[in-house]
Amino acid sequence: MILDPDYIITSDNTILVRFGDGISEGQHHHVFSLTQHLIEDPIEEIINISPGYNSVLLRLNNETHTRNAIEMISNIVRTIPLKIDTEKRTVDIPVCYGKDHGPDMGRVMNHTGCTMSELVDRHTNGEYLVYFIGFSAGFPYIGGMDQTLETPRLSSPRKLVPPGSVGIAGKQTGIYPLPTPGGWNLIGRTPLSLFNVNDPGDGLIRMGDQVRFYPIDQEEFERSDQHS
Amino acid sequence: MSLRVISTGLQTTIQDLGRHGSAHLGISGSGAADPFSLRSGNLLVGNPEGEAGLEMTLTGGEYQFEQDAIISLTGSYFLTGLGGKDLPFHERIHIKKGQIINIGHSQDGARCYLTVQGGFDIEPVLGSRSTHLMTGMGGFRGRALKKGDMIHFCAPSQDSAPKIIDNDLKIDRSILRITRGIQHDWFDQHVWDILQNNSFKVSHIFDRMGIRVEGETIKTSKNDQVLTEGIPVGAVQIPPNGQPIISFVDHQTTGGYPKIANVITADLCKLGQLRHQDEFRFDLVSMEEAETLRLDQESYFNGIRSSG
Repeated sequence: MILDPDYIITSDNTILVRFGDGISEGQHHHVFSLTQHLIEDPIEEIINISPGYNSVLLRLNNETHTRNAIEMISNIVRTIPLKIDTEKRTVDIPVCYGKDHGPDMGRVMNHTGCTMSELVDRHTNGEYLVYFIGFSAGFPYIGGMDQTLETPRLSSPRKLVPPGSVGIAGKQTGIYPLPTPGGWNLIGRTPLSLFNVNDPGDGLIRMGDQVRFYPIDQEEFERSDQHS
Repeated sequence: MSLRVISTGLQTTIQDLGRHGSAHLGISGSGAADPFSLRSGNLLVGNPEGEAGLEMTLTGGEYQFEQDAIISLTGSYFLTGLGGKDLPFHERIHIKKGQIINIGHSQDGARCYLTVQGGFDIEPVLGSRSTHLMTGMGGFRGRALKKGDMIHFCAPSQDSAPKIIDNDLKIDRSILRITRGIQHDWFDQHVWDILQNNSFKVSHIFDRMGIRVEGETIKTSKNDQVLTEGIPVGAVQIPPNGQPIISFVDHQTTGGYPKIANVITADLCKLGQLRHQDEFRFDLVSMEEAETLRLDQESYFNGIRSSG
């Protein structure tokens, strides 16, 4: 590893390994490398790994001392290589933009001053990186959106967002895998299912993936709808 | 060997000690809301501590046993009945084939557990039998139990050795011990005084995802946002309205509210017993003390496990 992280005891059985402040691809490579290493080569003292933008939260088993764990983890961090050259997977996500699938399209158009076709162009032209999966099962935190599309969250979240909904919140864009409450501006919906309860270990989108969106029409949405 | 659900309580789910190793997929640990009581219940009937049991919330339901069984009830005391008699808590109970047990309203905290010797015959998903309601994963068909469900249980293993637990298993939920959270310094000393010197009340939202708390307003003096990061179970998160949300077993794996404090591991069982309108205080302890209490709780269970 190139960056020397901070090890913060966040509760009596968790340690946050943090690679500096802010969001960057460089920090993401560190987060990705540590997460992948601990998944591929697990140690019994660490029972859960929650990556974030620049940090990895590690939950210890009930028998482990945090001080011993920090020593152990810092030794691992020192020895693992940074994964930057590994070939990235690219996942193409079809999106039916606007109308019933994107109830906040008007709001985003007003806020950004874009027409709908400009908005769709800019959203589909982006090169996106999946920083991590968090929040709820299969929810990708995606960075790299065209900054002219930045729109603040809804002031009051929806009680239920349909699964597959594609939204914008501040600088971020994302996809809701499950029917959950949510406060992002919904601009469209993908017919693809991001989380399969019968194969929960293998989501459509994984940490470190590159994502590309492409527009589809209602007919195609219905043809390939995996949600119903 | 099975148990028939004649009627269910408010929310009865299959839970073990949690689905670990999947947080990086956005899947939280789940597991018993009060792991102390589930572990105790399993030891009482001679199961490994991590076997799955039935977690009942506020009301229990009626269950008919299709075979003889040895069960235990642990956690909060709920009204119970079997042929006109009360059922004891924190003891082994012999049930005869065809008998119906009735588990009514809680007389105490939010949850009680039913464990059965041999354990429930449930296929693990990602290494756990726990039900995760939001995704519909694990447990019995990924959902809370319904009238008419038949839940199978296994024959006891040869080396099954029921334990006797003499200790008082009642859980006092009036004080939650906490350690400083990762954003503890986002809050001034006078805010910490408010947190430590006042009682807080459990709101009507106290589910397995989180416990919303009402009381004096807790505000950060920092004009900043937390970059989304992992959330520990028991994190005392402070949203903009200043009313804490304590993350719980089915919590979202990452989030961006500042975390002023964290309930200590040894007290997580108390969170599972909190219910609407309960009043409690936060008691700040050092990280060392919290670790000692966690390790003590493990040695306590080790002691019972290795007893004759």
